[in-house]
Amino acid sequence: MTAFAALFQRDLRLVLRRPGDVAVVLAFFVVATTLFPLGIGPEANLLARIAGGVLWSAALFAALLSLDRLFAADHEDGALDLLLLAPGALELAVLAKCAAHWIVTGLPLAVLAPLLGAAFGLDGRSLGAVALTLLVGTPTLSLIGGLAAALTLGARKSGALLALLALPLCVPTLIFGAGAIEAVATGEGFTVHIAILAALALMAVATLPWAVAAALRQAGE
Amino acid sequence: MATASLEVTDLACRRGGRRVFERLSFALGGGALLALTGPNGSGKTTLLRALAGLGRAEAGTIAWRDADIAWLGHLDGLKGDLTVFENIDVAERLRGAAPERARIDGALASFDLTALAARPVRTLSAGQRRRAALARVAASRANAWLLDEPFNALDAASQESLRTVLARHLGEGGLAIAATHVPLDIAGGRTLELGT
Repeated sequence: MTAFAALFQRDLRLVLRRPGDVAVVLAFFVVATTLFPLGIGPEANLLARIAGGVLWSAALFAALLSLDRLFAADHEDGALDLLLLAPGALELAVLAKCAAHWIVTGLPLAVLAPLLGAAFGLDGRSLGAVALTLLVGTPTLSLIGGLAAALTLGARKSGALLALLALPLCVPTLIFGAGAIEAVATGEGFTVHIAILAALALMAVATLPWAVAAALRQAGE
Repeated sequence: MATASLEVTDLACRRGGRRVFERLSFALGGGALLALTGPNGSGKTTLLRALAGLGRAEAGTIAWRDADIAWLGHLDGLKGDLTVFENIDVAERLRGAAPERARIDGALASFDLTALAARPVRTLSAGQRRRAALARVAASRANAWLLDEPFNALDAASQESLRTVLARHLGEGGLAIAATHVPLDIAGGRTLELGT
């Protein structure tokens, strides 16, 4: 647990020392999201109907933007070797890095999204659903992205490859995340959607760290 | 510090589809120093990575006993945005050890890094970074040091500091294996020349 905490704190500290990296991700989210109302026009019903899909898609792309550096930096400076040789479980180290990524990417996106949702004319309940679905769903994106980042480590054009690998795996989360917001907007309950998002997140936590660790070991050889 | 030992038997490794060495056998115990020498591409790094468990052997066995390994790779493994001290501190925590302030300070002093301890690593020269990485190894309580080109970018004074630290480690019963093009010049050290 000491090693988990050390790596988690180290990654958070590294982000705090370079806040611009996170700022770029959030700026991308803001710009990508606000382009839709500007491009489509002020038709309130249409905007409210597409809001869930737009916010979730933009959040997914924004999260992916930062994921290609998740392990690449450690690979480039040799720190990955130290992680591979650490006596603790590599799977825990993977979880620590993905958790730190979520704290600096998924969490701010979930906080920011309701503010942007207002531009789509969403009501208070729908805005709450936007924040809640992103809170529950973005950990899955961090873990799936972590797997893609590990599999593409050292590859040329790794960013494009990462997106190609991660995006199809993120589709279920995207569907249920956007679906929950639409369900609330149409007056239906969204408990089932949230439960499925939570189940996807738990499945990701329970399985993906092992796959990521295996990919990292392969990359280290 | 527990004494580590290593027994390598009939080891063969490949790199890039080519067998770089085969039927390699040697044994080392506490207080032993082995210098891996040979021309570029002879397999020094491949052997070192296989010994660390970072690479795969094609054939043969590597048997460590009571070993706690500290690794210095060709790359320093330092985070540029952390200070020298923070890098060493976090490396110890990642090894599952509680960092000892006095031990870290001693390691920093050994490599004349005390004044640079609070500096971000990205502001250091290549030689200073290498010294910081060596201080990380020296600050650990590991009994088996695996060092890939530890003399890289070091000036004459720093090379002497490294020899002093290595000799102290061996004197405490530690084991060290270094891939190097620079003579180690430490009493009792053995050399394994690859690529011959």
